[in-house]
Amino acid sequence: MNKVMDIKNFYFTYAKAPKPSLKNINLPIYENKVTALIGPSGCGKSTLLRSLNRIHDLYPGNKYEGEVLLKDLKTEEMENILEYKKENELINLRQRVGMIFQKPTPFPMSIYDNISYGLKLMGKKNKSELEDKVEEALKDAALWEEVKDRLKDDARGLSGGQQQRLCIARAIAVEPEVLLMDEPTSALDPISTIAIEELVAKLKDRVTIAIVTHNMQQASRISDYTAFMYLGELIEYGSTEQIFLNPKEKRTADYIAGKFG
Amino acid sequence: MEAIFKKLSALSATTILLILSAIFVVLFIYAKPAVQKYGIHFLVDPRWDVSVSLNKNSANNTPNTVNKNMSDNNLNSAPIGENDADVLAALGETNTQSSNNTETIYGGLVPIVGTILSTILAMFFAVPIAMGISIFLAEIAGPKLSKPVGIAIELLAAIPSIIYGMWGLFYFGPFVSHLFGGSSVSLLVAGLVLGIMIIPFMSSLTRDSMNTTPEVLKESAYAMGATKFEVIKDVIFPYAKQGIIGSMILALGRALGETMAVAFVIGGVFTFPKKIIDPTVSIPVVLANNFAESSGISLSALFYLALILFVLSFIVISFAKFYFLRNKK
Repeated sequence: MNKVMDIKNFYFTYAKAPKPSLKNINLPIYENKVTALIGPSGCGKSTLLRSLNRIHDLYPGNKYEGEVLLKDLKTEEMENILEYKKENELINLRQRVGMIFQKPTPFPMSIYDNISYGLKLMGKKNKSELEDKVEEALKDAALWEEVKDRLKDDARGLSGGQQQRLCIARAIAVEPEVLLMDEPTSALDPISTIAIEELVAKLKDRVTIAIVTHNMQQASRISDYTAFMYLGELIEYGSTEQIFLNPKEKRTADYIAGKFG
Repeated sequence: MEAIFKKLSALSATTILLILSAIFVVLFIYAKPAVQKYGIHFLVDPRWDVSVSLNKNSANNTPNTVNKNMSDNNLNSAPIGENDADVLAALGETNTQSSNNTETIYGGLVPIVGTILSTILAMFFAVPIAMGISIFLAEIAGPKLSKPVGIAIELLAAIPSIIYGMWGLFYFGPFVSHLFGGSSVSLLVAGLVLGIMIIPFMSSLTRDSMNTTPEVLKESAYAMGATKFEVIKDVIFPYAKQGIIGSMILALGRALGETMAVAFVIGGVFTFPKKIIDPTVSIPVVLANNFAESSGISLSALFYLALILFVLSFIVISFAKFYFLRNKK
């Protein structure tokens, strides 16, 4: 099995915080698998996820230590993304590592423009190529049938679940290697949640997924690997089956059993 | 208690409508003699306070020497609006007294054009600068810089307009005329001073509406690989579009009706500006300068102008409201 990302001895400190929020994290992300990050609120799982595309860099003063390696597709070598300094390196990173947020974030533009936005940022201008890619992304995100007749409509007119699938379509249109999902269903109703979960299962053939979730059933349903975090540390990591059925650590067992959280 | 509260708030809400319509009605009643006398032709007649001999029917072709005298007089004398008004009034009086065979014509074209041109100039000048300021404050500067600068801009918005007028007359006008030539009171100076006046207003409102863009929306654009410029252009501006257009409309309304600052720097002369650096006059300035000396038909003509200004601002604001903001989601 190939690692597409590898987090080694990773520390993260927020601006002006006296202590690091993430301590000594070691975590592999395997290719074409779904890795779930679980743990109680404030354990640092979102902070970790947001380090993987360096979105923390939007706010000054945040500090990374250690290594976060990402496989270069051409050379098969692992590159440390924490060494990126130039803006275009970060842009390139974010095109390779896409992100889905807690709340759907359709841009204030049409459905078509939302999906083609990332492609246009990459410099693709050919109209028929863009149209093909938009259709493909919408089909992959199981949204095509619902929106094919109103691609020119404002994306904010869609329902919450449709908006979230739109965001996923937008992210996969640029064909990232890794897709980060930060509690993507926490603002959605149960039916939309199921749609997103099915989508995750379908997409993992093409893209590696790391997902933060509060919902343990969701983690057990959709992930291949699970990492349990607590107070900024990685307590336990293993296959989802092992974590849920035979946790080695007592805190993992207690959390999964619902004794705290 | 509940019922009283409801009625009180409903009353407050209707008051504003009542006041609005009362203003319109009063303006209309006072303007009525002029409206009846000059009709819609008032809008396109460039003559103001010009005596026309009743014996000649070709009123339009009458060489209006009085008008020429007046404008020359104004150019030579001190360029403050108040003086012009005196000169105007004096000339008007002597003229009407001297011969009973003449009629004084009032037409609003010059101030109408002056108002529109000075406002357009102000907007051309102010919009790009205000947008630049608000982008800088909302997105580029850190909180250490954007807070004090933001407060300074809000203070600037609160400066009474007469101070802008004095500054424009004594410092900025001569400076502009040194740069571009022409007189130190002109359409250009008026437009620029107006622009400077509305910049703080527009930029602080625009910054506020840009700040309403949710953090997560910006993040998701950055997460797509967008640069700061692309995020501002593609996400923040479209998201804050309504607020930004709203701030421009409010600023436009303020520029249209601004009296004191413009009275100082526009020249107060009833001539068309052939060049941008020529002096002219705007509706509010005519009103402010001439009310004290007016009576009868000239007073009514002023009310006619006021009515036009009222309708003009009303049209601008309703146009913007219905045209730009109709796609409300």
